[in-house]
Amino acid sequence: MRLICPKCGERDLKEFYYQGDALALHRPDPSAEPKLWDDYLHNRDNPTGVREDLWYHEAGCSTWIVVRRDTTTHEILSTEIAAIRKTSEEGAV
Amino acid sequence: MIKLTAKMPFQNLLPLRIGTITLSDETPAFMTLIDYPDGSEAGVSEALKKAHRIPLAALNRTTRHAENRCIWFGKNHLLLGPEPDEALAKIARLTDVSDGYAVLRAEGKDIEVALARLVPIDLALSHFKIGHTARTLVHNMHAAVIRVSNCAFQIIVFRSMAQTLMHDLMRAMRSVDARASLLKR
Repeated sequence: MRLICPKCGERDLKEFYYQGDALALHRPDPSAEPKLWDDYLHNRDNPTGVREDLWYHEAGCSTWIVVRRDTTTHEILSTEIAAIRKTSEEGAV
Repeated sequence: MIKLTAKMPFQNLLPLRIGTITLSDETPAFMTLIDYPDGSEAGVSEALKKAHRIPLAALNRTTRHAENRCIWFGKNHLLLGPEPDEALAKIARLTDVSDGYAVLRAEGKDIEVALARLVPIDLALSHFKIGHTARTLVHNMHAAVIRVSNCAFQIIVFRSMAQTLMHDLMRAMRSVDARASLLKR
């Protein structure tokens, strides 16, 4: 498997660290109700299909990357810099 | 008072030649990490140009003027050569890493072939041109690789890993050389 780092280009998988589902991008508001926080902290789904993961370009430019990929076909659909995504989402609120 | 002798990152084991490839120590006197707040890139680049006659390097690139060089280093930039000007410290965050990294130069006809055994990216001249840099791996080690001429690269690693880098490179160089001498027979 190869991933496209938005800064460095296409790189071998061994340069990356896999964190898991891109959950951290959807952190609830501090004042959100306990149920939302319960879901965020403890409850996990395990769906197949198109997912968003967080990967870290550890042996490269040290960028956190959001990777959209299909877990059934292993197709990589898109990659983007997590920090930029977060800023643009916060800007939208 | 006891006079301490500074040790060199490659312990005076360089230069060294195996086959067509020569390794040498090019660790400069000063190495400085340059970091800056978002949005101030243009100002920092201007200050760097004024002080050391080089702008900040773009993604995966380097800039140079005589011995002064700026290297894109992933999260930040690395200034090689000069002691950073004080004016620069006012707008950028500077960290002296002169003792933190080691710079090795690997030069020779077969250098691309040797590095192909260690580095998981395409370093062919048509793709990785003079002045290009990449944050990547050399064997198992995080490194910055820079092409400095048609047949020479600089490799920057943590100083504590300098001799590991030498070990890995020498092994690849010996293999390449052995293969070449087999083909000659």
